[in-house]
Amino acid sequence: MSNKTPATASVTLTSGAASSGARGSSDIAHLRLDNGMEIVVIPDNRTPVVTHMIWYKNGAADDPQGKSGIAHFLEHLMFKGTKNHPQGEFSNLVSDLGGQENAFTSYDFTAYFQRIGKEHLRTLMEFEADRMTNLVLTDDVVAPERDVVLEERRMRTDNDPAAQLDEAVQAALFSHHPYGTPIIGWHHEIEDLHREDALNYYQRFYTPENAVLIVAGDADADTVERLAKETYGRIPARAAPPRRRRPKEPPPRAHRLVTLADERVEQPSCERVFLTPSYKTAEPGEAETLEVLAHILGGGPASVLYETLVGDEKLAVAAGAYYMGSALDDTRFWVYATPAPGVELEDLDAAIERVIERFAATKLDADSLQRAKTRLVADAVYAQDSQVSLARWYGESIATGLDVADVAAWPDRIEAVTAAQVQEAARKWLDKRRAVTGFLMPKEPATELRAAAGE
Amino acid sequence: MTLKTAPARSRAETVQQIVTPGGVKAWLVESYAVPLVALEFAVRGGAAQDPPGKAGLASMLAGLLDEGAGPYDARAFHRIIDDLAVHIGFSADRDSLSGHLQTLVRNADKAFELLKLAVNDARLDQDAIERVRSQLVAGLKRDANDPDAMAAKAFREAAFPNHPYGRSARGELDTLGGLTRDDLDAMRGRIFVRSDLKIAVVGAIDAATLSARVDEVFGGWPQQGQLQPVPPTEIHNLGAREIADLDVPQTTMRFGRAGVARKDPDHFPALVVNHILGGGVFTARLFREVREKRGLAYSVYTHLNEYDECPMLIGGTSTKNERAGESLQVIEQQFKNLSHEGPTEDELEKAKKFLTGSYALRFDTSTKIASQLVNLQLDELEPRYLDERNARIEAVTMADAKRVAKRLLGEGELLVAMAGRPVGV
Repeated sequence: MSNKTPATASVTLTSGAASSGARGSSDIAHLRLDNGMEIVVIPDNRTPVVTHMIWYKNGAADDPQGKSGIAHFLEHLMFKGTKNHPQGEFSNLVSDLGGQENAFTSYDFTAYFQRIGKEHLRTLMEFEADRMTNLVLTDDVVAPERDVVLEERRMRTDNDPAAQLDEAVQAALFSHHPYGTPIIGWHHEIEDLHREDALNYYQRFYTPENAVLIVAGDADADTVERLAKETYGRIPARAAPPRRRRPKEPPPRAHRLVTLADERVEQPSCERVFLTPSYKTAEPGEAETLEVLAHILGGGPASVLYETLVGDEKLAVAAGAYYMGSALDDTRFWVYATPAPGVELEDLDAAIERVIERFAATKLDADSLQRAKTRLVADAVYAQDSQVSLARWYGESIATGLDVADVAAWPDRIEAVTAAQVQEAARKWLDKRRAVTGFLMPKEPATELRAAAGE
Repeated sequence: MTLKTAPARSRAETVQQIVTPGGVKAWLVESYAVPLVALEFAVRGGAAQDPPGKAGLASMLAGLLDEGAGPYDARAFHRIIDDLAVHIGFSADRDSLSGHLQTLVRNADKAFELLKLAVNDARLDQDAIERVRSQLVAGLKRDANDPDAMAAKAFREAAFPNHPYGRSARGELDTLGGLTRDDLDAMRGRIFVRSDLKIAVVGAIDAATLSARVDEVFGGWPQQGQLQPVPPTEIHNLGAREIADLDVPQTTMRFGRAGVARKDPDHFPALVVNHILGGGVFTARLFREVREKRGLAYSVYTHLNEYDECPMLIGGTSTKNERAGESLQVIEQQFKNLSHEGPTEDELEKAKKFLTGSYALRFDTSTKIASQLVNLQLDELEPRYLDERNARIEAVTMADAKRVAKRLLGEGELLVAMAGRPVGV
């Protein structure tokens, strides 16, 4: 029986896109065009299919003040046509060629991808290169698409109390850094996003210097390089890549409790989210240690939180942990649990704290450490079965400030993590003062009040 | 522009059909490109086999198979799964219970041993039963006021009154409480049988080795079980509007009408018509009319959905309450337009190109290939379907598409279930 999975960290253009989080490595080629565009080729010739992805190194955390949601809105508007290809032509072509496409926006990146028969790779590159510089937007297409995004926000957030709590928890955790603002944007700011906002943002970020091309599948590096030169290579270099200057989150000193009570909630839940370093901001080895820590503490039914809270103490029906290591700036480490019937959230939260304190104070046994490393390193092998997983892993890593060598050496760095480091990381980073606790609670309808008011 | 197509490689020829010494059948695609083995299997007998008053039994059984087996209690079993870095899991849907195993080659023998324990000797310990029960209950409560779940429930109950398909596959709060170890054990005895077992394996393993492993895992199952016949049915209450009241700003809709079965000669034209109506993500009529032109919704779709005893055309969307009536009108009009006029030549050609061209995308990972092969077996098709399928789609004529559009879409009479506070429906 599987555990609940944590919140996803990106917003897609249409429903039903693949999930990420895989690990892997194989014969990877890494190149750069004269105009500054970075290219990664991940060969896999089992099926005559390629995955073509363009990653831009900008996301919701780069939205200008007061314009939250513009990165995601522009992602939608990128399907509205160019000087050379009117609206629908690119999508129709992909469809005619038997391809699939989608796009997604996260805090640190925006990406567009297609999966298609390998013989069509060049065609995709031509169209995607065109879309990097020739986007045309009119108010006629911008207005209904804004309504689409507002419907998307209603679907994801307004219809779901758990999503509303998550927004409030993130806003509390990041009091200063833009990770505290939802990727899709705040409703009132989406309503006020206009054509000029989108075009300004596009001019600033959609440049070859800021883009990473990932091709995974049945294509070799020489061919990809040649095709990329003939397409993306024709785009003139613009300037130095845009700098991402975001305000740094100050060191947290006060634990915060955020609660949401809603009549629609019948199953309460709690989470604790800690501010921690990311792969980009951590000292060497520290992020890998947090990865191992998350797995030992809460990576499935053989984890400490699950065995203790679900198995031994029967305070919870689900419990786990998750480290969102891919981030340009300091990031989040989640611990979450669903209470057993009759268990108060305060008591469950206290139990989570006890588990973490005991874990940090007790010598970690070698079996647990080895089990976590085996699983994490094996996931890198499993990822080789999926060109999409590999493409996403490399894209996400590069877009959050790592390089190809970092990704390739990841299994070795996981193997190097020691028991003492894991314990030290638990002590240092899973400190309550660094955390926001979120409670999702039911609220009884206020029948007595209504009766008293004579309704 | 000329469109090149890839040279046809026979996919069927890659499939080895194995019959083990013990008489168990399996399909194998042998591939050593990555050091992995993926196995998928399914048995007929999912939630539709839950006895009356015991909705959720198949789901609970699936949830318990990896919660302790043979000499190992749940904790020991999960630790071994992690030690071996195996992926193993089971799930029940409407008509089948399925399992998957994925392993590194170096741990394959031990992984098959775990699978053998799970499907033969799951302990069904009382504390594991209580744990899984509480997890299923928590899931139901989490979805109690979820608009998607509410719309799906309202749809199911109106579409299939007094039929197993009308019940929740995950059970109800009042049925889950009553499920016992005896119920679980009896269910396992009825559905874990070789006559309806479908197995597909993809990866770094040869036929002889696989035969031996498959016999070890499944060879002990009895030949015949006792499935309750599920009566054929159809979607009832066409034209009805079911509303589940929920105080949210957006209405979530699910709609449907009769579909076309996989075995029906009209199956391929129906695939094409569905693609044109609501199957293509960016190119479908519904996407254009509902999302792109009017900004009514983020998501709008249709698909052909087949329960064993009820083929359906199902769709859905979510739109703000004030515009729910308008959305539904647009959707119904699109059903009628396509039914009355049929597709354009251009649409027909493009739909065929997409459906044939994209077929390869379903075969790019071991687990996807294995589950495709299990699905073919559940549909009682042979491997040659893998090579013939695209030709069958190519052969769909305009006359076929027009005829089947009329049959499939009719006058757009839909059963519509909604969660929210819709206006104007």
